[in-house]
Amino acid sequence: MNRASSLSIWRERLFGTPFTGFLTLVLLFAIAWVAVPLIRWALIDATWVGSTRADCAPGGACWVFVRARFGQFMYGLYPVDQRWRVDLAGILFVLGGLAAVFAPHRVRLKVAVAMLVLLPPLGIWLLSGGFGLRYIETREWGGLMLTLFISIYASLIAIPLGILFALGRQSELRVIRLISIVFIEFWRGVPIIAVIFLASLLLPLILPGGIGIDRLARAVIGLGFVIAAYMAEAVRGGLQALPKGQGEAATALGLNYWKATGLVILPQALRISLPAMTNEFIALIKNTTLVLVVSILDLLGIAQASLADPNWVGMNMEAYAFSGAIYWLICFALSRWSRSLERQRRA
Amino acid sequence: MTIRIIGTAAILAAGISFAQAQQLAPSPTLDAVKARGNLECGVHLGLPGFSFANDKGEWSGIDVDYCRALAAAIFGDAKKVKYTPTSVQQRWPILQSGQVDVLSRNSTITFSRNATLGLNFQGINFYEGQTFIVRKSANVKDAAGLDGASVCVAAGSTEEKNAADWFRERNLKVTITNFQKNDDAIAAYDAGRCDAYTAGVGALAGQRIKLKAPDEHAILTKPISNDPQGPVTRWGDERWQLIVRWVLNGTIAAEALGVTSQNVDEMKANSKNSEVRRLLGAEGGFGEMMGLPNDWMYNAIKQVGNYGESYERTVGMGSPLKLERGQNQLWIKGGLLFTPPFQ
Repeated sequence: MNRASSLSIWRERLFGTPFTGFLTLVLLFAIAWVAVPLIRWALIDATWVGSTRADCAPGGACWVFVRARFGQFMYGLYPVDQRWRVDLAGILFVLGGLAAVFAPHRVRLKVAVAMLVLLPPLGIWLLSGGFGLRYIETREWGGLMLTLFISIYASLIAIPLGILFALGRQSELRVIRLISIVFIEFWRGVPIIAVIFLASLLLPLILPGGIGIDRLARAVIGLGFVIAAYMAEAVRGGLQALPKGQGEAATALGLNYWKATGLVILPQALRISLPAMTNEFIALIKNTTLVLVVSILDLLGIAQASLADPNWVGMNMEAYAFSGAIYWLICFALSRWSRSLERQRRA
Repeated sequence: MTIRIIGTAAILAAGISFAQAQQLAPSPTLDAVKARGNLECGVHLGLPGFSFANDKGEWSGIDVDYCRALAAAIFGDAKKVKYTPTSVQQRWPILQSGQVDVLSRNSTITFSRNATLGLNFQGINFYEGQTFIVRKSANVKDAAGLDGASVCVAAGSTEEKNAADWFRERNLKVTITNFQKNDDAIAAYDAGRCDAYTAGVGALAGQRIKLKAPDEHAILTKPISNDPQGPVTRWGDERWQLIVRWVLNGTIAAEALGVTSQNVDEMKANSKNSEVRRLLGAEGGFGEMMGLPNDWMYNAIKQVGNYGESYERTVGMGSPLKLERGQNQLWIKGGLLFTPPFQ
């Protein structure tokens, strides 16, 4: 396709009829109306260098504030000299993920299982300490690190549980089917904010002995259960899309239930439901902000808390814009990844 | 005979009261705090001047200072506090369920809260109340001076209702201009569309820094509503309540007696004022009566300072908020801040 023809295609698309031409102009105007002041605020009139609020130029964004608070936005109140542990845990998770994805085909499953077994406890050890590392309470965790922690660990609970309950819902055993349906429908029916609130406040009131389980752990488990219910429905979609013959053929070959499910049905069903599961994961990341109601300082929480510093008062726009941009980046990257997986599957 | 009986009774009575004085009432909270090695303090998630974590993650503010003073009184170390930031929804349950020992979180003391939540308010560390911010050039001294002026408020807010009622009761002609949000109302005030904007004292101090020229605005010191705030404890455990109450009283008494973090050593060694000596543990053994070391208030004052020092550092003239003392001035200097004597 040469330049001229692609130009004419765009002209056709944007100004093909008087009506589309009018719409294009209106939209262009609207974009300019929003984007120009936004860009002026965020980039042109913005202050980038300095160290205090006095350095901020009026009218533009003051990114000096974000720079001064960058450590907190990333790590919360995690002790500065221990932040390498968070970095190390992050690197290990990324490497583990890459290893599982790029391992040779024959050992890929084994590598993935090994990573799933090894990484989560390793991560918790690195972050919270013990066995030679300084113990750091979860109340000091925060920022982006906490958002990712909650997302990853809640989905580590949610994915296996979700698959189990999806299978359970398809089960021929009535008790198992009933339990699965009750679990799924209960957790799907309760608002996440209520779950977090109950987990954080009601449990300690009911349970004897005050603080039995860590506050963050309660929130993560609560979130994990809710997402598990949604995951279960996503997986069920995959299971139902699979032709019945697949299971029957597997059984005919002499495979028992677990082998047929594990080797034939699930791999195909999961592949079908992967986009839906990614959706749930993206929703989960955004829902982690709800832990704010119980004052767990995730990325949004720490952004809000940082606004209270009298030395930096009035930085609301900067704090929210910055944290919003990070959430958007994460979710956008995930949805791209999910799209590429879909394309791979189609090919 | 009669005399002998009366004499015996008197000796017995003296013995009983002596025994009571010697034996401390059990305090599970204090025992737990000591065993844990730190105080668990519930604070606000972030309110300028009252409680916030700076860019190094260190908590400060007037409510945080109270926690530090309490820790200093118990452990001799103001750093032995762990802060639990609390949202407005979870502040009561987190105290009720025992996740914190004390709540120091700008919570207004009201009858219904005291009567129904199973919580006790142990004194007042900040007299909050709705007031007005005005331009200094307008030369308004109090809310009554706003006659004929206009006030920007957020529509439907408690502040709007309070202000309207207050002016109506006093037959003052004040124009209330409504805006959708607080931010819009304060922006309109800053742009000169109204003569005043209304909110709580603490909130106004935070808002003032955001104005174009903060120095040109004054916050009226006499509020039109009454929202006192102070540390909160659970019902039960009287001795813990005693400690929480008297550490607050101690910081106020120290200011009234002229004891500061600077002169506390000198005062303890040389002061001839016996109230000062009792406060700082030089005589009287007051700490022991609550199961604390006798230098409890000495440590608190030495490490955190008296109420006035804390006020100036966190919300007062030494802070960006630059709040005047107003009602939070000592009773002997025309304010409302009061403590019973250390006798």
